[in-house]
Amino acid sequence: MAATSTVGTNPPAAPNGAAEVFIELRDLHKRFGKQEILCGIDLKLYHGETLCIIGPSGEGKTVTMKHIIGLIRPDAGDVYVAGMHVNRLGEREMAPIRQKVSMLFQGAALFDRMTVEENVAFPLWESGVRDRKEIKQRVLEALEAVDLAEHLDKYPTSLSGGMRKRTGIARAIICRSECILYDEPNSGLDPIGSDIIDQMILRMQRRFGVTSIIVTHDMRSTFKIANRVAMLYRGKIHFLGTPDELRASPDPIVQDFINGRSDVTG
Amino acid sequence: MDSSTGLLTLPGRTFLHFLTYLGQLAALMGDLLLAVRSRVWRLKLVAQQIVAIGYGSQAVVIVTGAFTGAVFTFQSYAKFKEFGFETTVGAVVSVALCRELGPVLAGLMVAGRVGAAMAADIGTMKVTEQVDALRVMGVHPVDYLVLPRFLAMMISMPFLVAESISFGLIASYLVTSVGYDMPSSWYLTHMIDHTNMEDLSIGMIKGFVFGMLITLISCHQGLAAENGAVGVGLGTTRAVVISSLVLLIVNFFLSILLNYVFPIGSV
Repeated sequence: MAATSTVGTNPPAAPNGAAEVFIELRDLHKRFGKQEILCGIDLKLYHGETLCIIGPSGEGKTVTMKHIIGLIRPDAGDVYVAGMHVNRLGEREMAPIRQKVSMLFQGAALFDRMTVEENVAFPLWESGVRDRKEIKQRVLEALEAVDLAEHLDKYPTSLSGGMRKRTGIARAIICRSECILYDEPNSGLDPIGSDIIDQMILRMQRRFGVTSIIVTHDMRSTFKIANRVAMLYRGKIHFLGTPDELRASPDPIVQDFINGRSDVTG
Repeated sequence: MDSSTGLLTLPGRTFLHFLTYLGQLAALMGDLLLAVRSRVWRLKLVAQQIVAIGYGSQAVVIVTGAFTGAVFTFQSYAKFKEFGFETTVGAVVSVALCRELGPVLAGLMVAGRVGAAMAADIGTMKVTEQVDALRVMGVHPVDYLVLPRFLAMMISMPFLVAESISFGLIASYLVTSVGYDMPSSWYLTHMIDHTNMEDLSIGMIKGFVFGMLITLISCHQGLAAENGAVGVGLGTTRAVVISSLVLLIVNFFLSILLNYVFPIGSV
């Protein structure tokens, strides 16, 4: 499949039938020093769908994701989330977007000095909820959703990699965001730990109708959870389509990547 | 670019870096003012920082103040005695401690102990994406990380300066009365007669300003940290070095300025 043939084609409707665009990237460009990371990314994400972003390391997958939530500003191009123009907002004006979109970081980014309970309660407290009973109840609900309700009092340093990521997911879902961005949720996990995370993501989508973007290198996981897949290559979206279309793609770059053949970066 | 061109442009580049740095500090100060305007004080965090900054720094500040007062008295007594002015030692040491030594030494000790901790703490959070996690949850890092430290420093610094001065004077008094058998009334009378509220006010004002500078410089280094542990280490070192140098330079100009407002020996 040619690089340009997939960009801008009509994506399939979101799983729940809604066709409303939730996130849109228009001609996104980003350069760090002399290296151009993003060379014109166009992408639309629909309400309730799960999009996996794949591609070789260093191609700008995480950078793309960080643009969506305003952690990085583009050199050129536009980012829209729920109709709001993200890159025109100042840091202190981002609150409405960050109420709708949350993010799981690659290393979970839990606060070292807080227990699991305090970490998960943090976004609730900061959003103005002061009823301790309500906070406790919602923390327990979020931790039960990720099977961590028995580890309330532990500190992040005493958790395994998988438990840290699940705590991060609990923290991301507690405010009932409409969209969750996952940055390599399976990296560094054993196959079972990885499968647990995949099940969590699927559960979020089915139970809460959460829109998800997942940056991953894990093809098994991609085929299991994605409604659509975007492959980044040389700063552009090289492929955009369903997992079945990805599998069937005749494009050698796509095939080399999904089958793990090393000449993909050559 | 050949080496001669590099050398020629070096002063220009250094000056540009300096201006950029000042701009970043000004931007941080602006964000801090916006944080103050939001009136979300996070008193629990402020209290934790007061314990870390104020309570935790007492030992170093007291020891530094006491031994500086003691050695200053020991050296000046011998010289003053040659001229028959030994009874004025109390007055000289007291004014020097209130106006200069107390705030400067307390400031340097706090820059070393607290400035390093601030830069390392915030820097580690930055490189492990905890600062980004705050932003994602709609919490401005300056509101959560800088403002509580700033408030705690403003509250703690005057007490630390006062402790430094007080223990310096106590040590000085002990050196003259125990070490040199000078009647205590001589020391105390001269000290009280020649030290006034203006001298103490200068010490407190300097403590405030130094506290502000240390917090601003150290938190900026933490928030600017990059490249993992190496970046955190570099930021921590820079925080201490820049804070200490800025504190000494600002102290000189502040002394001149405050001497206009509160002239020495005006009472």
